[in-house]
Amino acid sequence: MAEPILEVVDLVKHFPVRVGVLFKRTIGQVKAVDGVSFSLAKGETLGVVGESGCGKSTLAQVLMRLEPPTSGTARFEGRDIFAMRGAELRRLRRDIQIVLQDPYTSLNPRMTVGDIVGEPFEIHTDVAPKGSRRKKVQELLDTVGLNPEHINRYPHQFSGGQRQRIGIARALALRPKVIVCDEPVSALDVSIQAQVMNLLGELQSDLGLSYVFIAHDLSVVRHLSDRVAVMYLGKVVEIGTEDQIYERPTHPYTQALLSAVPVPDPTQRGRRDVIRLTGDVPSPINPPSGCHFRTRCWKAQDICATDEPALTTRVGDHPSACHFAEERTVV
Amino acid sequence: MTALLEVEDLHVEFRTRDGVAKVLNGVGYHVDAGETVAVLGESGSGKSVTAQTIMGILDTPPAVVTRGAIRFHGEDLLAASEERRREVRGDGIAMIFQDALSALNPVFTVGFQIEEQLRVRRGMSRKDARARAVELLDLVKIPNAANRVREYPHQFSGGMRQRAMIAMSLALDPEMLIADEPTTALDVTVQAQIMDLLREIQQERDMGLILITHDLGVVADVADRIAVMYAGRIVEHADVFQLFRAPGHPYTESLLESLPRLDLKGQELKTIKGLPPSLTHIPSGCPFHPRCPRAVDRCATEVPADHRLGLDRTSACHFAEEVVSRG
Ligand SMILES: Nc1ncnc2c1ncn2[C@@H]1O[C@H](COP(=O)(O)OP(=O)(O)OP(=O)(O)O)[C@@H](O)[C@H]1O
Ligand SMILES: Nc1ncnc2c1ncn2[C@@H]1O[C@H](COP(=O)(O)OP(=O)(O)OP(=O)(O)O)[C@@H](O)[C@H]1O
Ligand code: SF4
Ligand SMILES: [Mg+2]
Ligand SMILES: [Mg+2]
Repeated sequence: MAEPILEVVDLVKHFPVRVGVLFKRTIGQVKAVDGVSFSLAKGETLGVVGESGCGKSTLAQVLMRLEPPTSGTARFEGRDIFAMRGAELRRLRRDIQIVLQDPYTSLNPRMTVGDIVGEPFEIHTDVAPKGSRRKKVQELLDTVGLNPEHINRYPHQFSGGQRQRIGIARALALRPKVIVCDEPVSALDVSIQAQVMNLLGELQSDLGLSYVFIAHDLSVVRHLSDRVAVMYLGKVVEIGTEDQIYERPTHPYTQALLSAVPVPDPTQRGRRDVIRLTGDVPSPINPPSGCHFRTRCWKAQDICATDEPALTTRVGDHPSACHFAEERTVV
Repeated sequence: MTALLEVEDLHVEFRTRDGVAKVLNGVGYHVDAGETVAVLGESGSGKSVTAQTIMGILDTPPAVVTRGAIRFHGEDLLAASEERRREVRGDGIAMIFQDALSALNPVFTVGFQIEEQLRVRRGMSRKDARARAVELLDLVKIPNAANRVREYPHQFSGGMRQRAMIAMSLALDPEMLIADEPTTALDVTVQAQIMDLLREIQQERDMGLILITHDLGVVADVADRIAVMYAGRIVEHADVFQLFRAPGHPYTESLLESLPRLDLKGQELKTIKGLPPSLTHIPSGCPFHPRCPRAVDRCATEVPADHRLGLDRTSACHFAEEVVSRG
């Protein structure tokens, strides 16, 4: 395999839970990201899926160095991201960009589209000399399928899908190598979602980008990803190629998640293998002992409460964190 | 036979300072007892406004119903007194919303909110109402209902709040339930639990169910019939199997082709060009024509009628017959 562009090892991010007004006491930790490892090859898309609160956005924030990690390492082109300072950190801030979910709130309403997309040039003045910026911004707008003549408009004058394109244009401004996409199409209507997904795909092949693609929609993730990591309560429970995860999942949680997605084909009614989980995701403050999934798992045995299952290949061809990992076709 | 609920040629406008938004432009569908009709459409197409009009909870003004009828057991609710409408609400037709947290009152216990209806509308004693509330919470599978009935909405998880709202809507034994995006805010594993629950309750009680959603997967899973909305009109109305096998309107056709599928890999996603229309400037002719791959000159000038494509199946496209036969 080619040298990974991004390599994450045992990444942990805990948030302290504090109570009290004057004298704050720490009464526990939110284990938002609790030992996550993966690697991302150049030109590859790694999908990250999992239910609300499993730590997807926290993972993105830590990788972007918007939050300090509690422990663990992340290497970009072989260099430790968390040790970077000064010029090296500035370089990192060009090479890794983020696109966020909400096109309605992630753009400053008082800035024109030109200012929003061109803002990175203000910080990284060497990328585009002042005189060439307007032209650069117009090129970027054109790249993402927006009318370059709309450079002086404000975000509210655009639709949701167009605003998401503005966010993508801005992320592209500094010619990054990696883009972390945190739910980039979740807020969009189906007809607009397809436009933005196709755009992300085209940009990847044109510019050789690598994506970490976070989403809770498993169909969207399958469509765009080469490999997929499934998260549950701060941990990766299964990771593999798109084919391995969707066609031959071995972790009970992955199987339940996939089988719960309704398929837009009424002839499949009653024909699919349906696994119904009971209850909700437990709190990440005091996650269950052993395997975090055991409280909702139909296969759980005593060992699941005492021994945490490691993420290794027990059956089949890819790693899964279950003592009783077993292939099952659910899609 | 008259349908349980029949919406007929409904027109609603919002008159605001920014102009008149023609939000509903001839909406019609019908629902029978024991049947699930899915109302599918993009954001802003008028799904919720239709539901609010049926329930009689539309803000008037700014909204004005300019034409149409809503018949419940044949009685036109739009012509009924406010008192009669209040009677129908809850007893006849109940509604659940996408966001349970904002629909439940945070300062009262979940139990109190269910019991209040029973006391006011059914004249039940406190004790009987409490017993019934516990039964209802039990019915929607809230664990340990006898204790949880005393808790406040914020003490419930998202899935449990949605269950509590369903329990509340069932308190007066409605014949018809409108569920407006009941699972959109929930995780898929919890969404599946809630949809199972709704289906079970509906079958048990032979209720009519209007399910408002933009999720084609949910529609394929539970609906009997589908009404597809675009710019305040029903552009296609069909049996669920027929619609997925051979859509009869170019909008439905495009929608199905632009959907990524869990069970198909490497498919190419077709896109629908352009944007949904602004309701203050609805395109002339067929409202879909600026985005339609099949549009010809005539589509920009002539409003298509509802073409019959068989029993209980219509499409508002000049070329409905060709579309459905994939011409
Ligand atoms: N700054 C913070 N302080 C304390 N807890 C936090 C903070 N940020 C996130 N958390 C908690 O960490 C957990 C993981 O949150 P995160 O936003 O990463 O989840 P997510 O997988 O992105 O969920 P969603 O799908 O809802 O976006 C949650 O329990 C959340 O409440
Ligand atoms: N109180 C109001 N004042 C003005 N316009 C309104 C009001 N309520 C709704 N509208 C407009 O009516 C149109 C239809 O809204 P509606 O809520 O029915 O859409 P919807 O199909 O339910 O969309 P969504 O999928 O986003 O819920 C929208 O353009 C909306 O802006
Ligand atoms: S380790 Fe045990 S509890 Fe966890 S998924 Fe496997 S069987 Fe279920
Ligand atoms: Mg998130
Ligand atoms: Mg709505």
